[in-house]
Amino acid sequence: MEKKVFARTKGLTEILMRYCPGCGHGVIHRLVGEVMEELGITKRTIGIAPVGCSVFADEYFNCDMIQPAHGRGPAVATGMKRVRPDCIVFSYQGDGDLASIGMAETIHAAARGERITIIFVNNAIYGMTGGQMAPTTLLGMKSTTTPFGRDPRVSGYPIKVCELLATLEAPAYLARVSVHKPANVLKAKKAIKKAFQVQMNDEGFSLVEIVSQCPTDWFMTPLQAIDYVDKMMIPFFPLGEYKTIEGKKEQIKPEPKKVLETV
Amino acid sequence: MGEKLLMKGNEALAEGAVRAGCRFFSGYPITPQNEVPEYLSWRLPEVGGTFIQAESEVAAINMLYGASACGARVMTSSSGPGISLKQEGISYISGANLPIFYANVMRGGPGLGNIAPSQGDYFQATRGGGHGDYRVIVYAPNSVSEMGNFPKRCYDLAEKYRIATMVLTDGLLGQMMEPIEFDFEPVDPSKLPAKDWALGNAEGRERRVIRSYDLRPGYLEKMTLKLAEKYKEIEEEETKYEVVQVEDAEILLVAYGTSSRISRSALMMGRKEGIRIGLLRPITLWPFPSKIISDLSERIKKILTVEMSLGQLVEDVRLAVEGKAKVYLHGRPSGGIPTGEEVLEVIKKLMKS
Repeated sequence: MEKKVFARTKGLTEILMRYCPGCGHGVIHRLVGEVMEELGITKRTIGIAPVGCSVFADEYFNCDMIQPAHGRGPAVATGMKRVRPDCIVFSYQGDGDLASIGMAETIHAAARGERITIIFVNNAIYGMTGGQMAPTTLLGMKSTTTPFGRDPRVSGYPIKVCELLATLEAPAYLARVSVHKPANVLKAKKAIKKAFQVQMNDEGFSLVEIVSQCPTDWFMTPLQAIDYVDKMMIPFFPLGEYKTIEGKKEQIKPEPKKVLETV
Repeated sequence: MGEKLLMKGNEALAEGAVRAGCRFFSGYPITPQNEVPEYLSWRLPEVGGTFIQAESEVAAINMLYGASACGARVMTSSSGPGISLKQEGISYISGANLPIFYANVMRGGPGLGNIAPSQGDYFQATRGGGHGDYRVIVYAPNSVSEMGNFPKRCYDLAEKYRIATMVLTDGLLGQMMEPIEFDFEPVDPSKLPAKDWALGNAEGRERRVIRSYDLRPGYLEKMTLKLAEKYKEIEEEETKYEVVQVEDAEILLVAYGTSSRISRSALMMGRKEGIRIGLLRPITLWPFPSKIISDLSERIKKILTVEMSLGQLVEDVRLAVEGKAKVYLHGRPSGGIPTGEEVLEVIKKLMKS
């Protein structure tokens, strides 16, 4: 008798994805879909698609979806979660969306400790618009707006989002993973699952940064792009957990000051 | 209902919104509207609602986008500079057919301007304000009573047509105190009919998607033409205005909000001197009461708009009149407030010409 060992996750729709060959979005979508299915939350999850290549995520995730303005995902997620605390809310964003135009929304949603999950795909480039410099573009990396390589005297330095958010009190789970090798894909799935569980347990803000590859706009073959992630991206964006709920519990919590009584 | 209260305009606006079923507010501090968020920061939790002080106006309007998409009655408020920042979100909300309610308590502009009452954001309010072809229903109260009672009308229309609605008011109406009687029973939002488009728990139904984009050739045009149909219906059904002594008028004043009260004093003073002045007050600025203005201009050959801006309302009046009468402007920009005497002087000069 035949036994089915592999199938499309029910966390994704049947629509064929339009991502380029070798792009990381397909794998990351699948991981999020699998996690929703395994946790049994697909029906009560609301996803937020960004502006960028993954704007079409609203067609791919098999849950209620919304598509807001560029970078505003965390603010939209805030509004949704406060109105529907019984639902699971996640925002799927790229580096330009999250760390450039939407940096204020990202930091403040994290600082408020919103019970939301952010899936942050860092491929160091603006994909949809054709390969311009992103806030995470590495020094020396070529893009259509840094044709001679990113020069820190002109364009500054790339931003490390997990490290930045880890300085805040409120976030409950921050991790950076990658999807360039099978072992890393498995670790990425674990981190994504943990991030969703943190939200399900009402423990606070969670974000998983996924270092990903963009062969098209890096002007590389898919294999070269994977090599670039390994040799160039990960040394600058170290993988690992930057904040965990276990670590958070160990923090010394100051007693909330009593409200001064006014006459 | 029935109870007479003494309230500040901004607080009446906030209380009116809560009584109309508002359960979510996010906003950012700006004068002269601060009483709205301050009031709601304690009033909303009292009724089980959510108040968030957002990190910016941009974030505030996008929180509304999310909360409205989940079916809540939502509100934000600001003044000119903050409303400018919110235009991006209002455009998305309009494209996505979401109902929201917001208020602009106008101050002097352009730029940081000042915090004096003004009407300089008329174009911004009535022309959509953000990018793309869209409209927003604009109510213009001229008393604290209307400040408190208009949010209910705005929510009803917002949900009927799935459209953004606003109250366009100014620092004077926001800051002054007057008696108010709420003319409606408080709304329990949990008893409102379920919204068959709202996001949330998809158990037992197909998944839903809310978006304002369509990249397939020709589809977005169809989507926007659908919006246009809705706008046409609103123009036919929802236009509101008030007329005062127009029957025998030789000169017609057109003014809204604070300017309409000033115009009314000019009218009363002028009538005592035997000048036959009439007044038309648009209550909705969009849809604009073009038809009644057009009809009146068949008979009244002098029309004067009085506005605390430099010729914004006058453009809509001229479009309505289509050259059938002479249309004049008395405008005071950037915090200038005309007096009744000043307006009467202008009227007298026009009557001689």
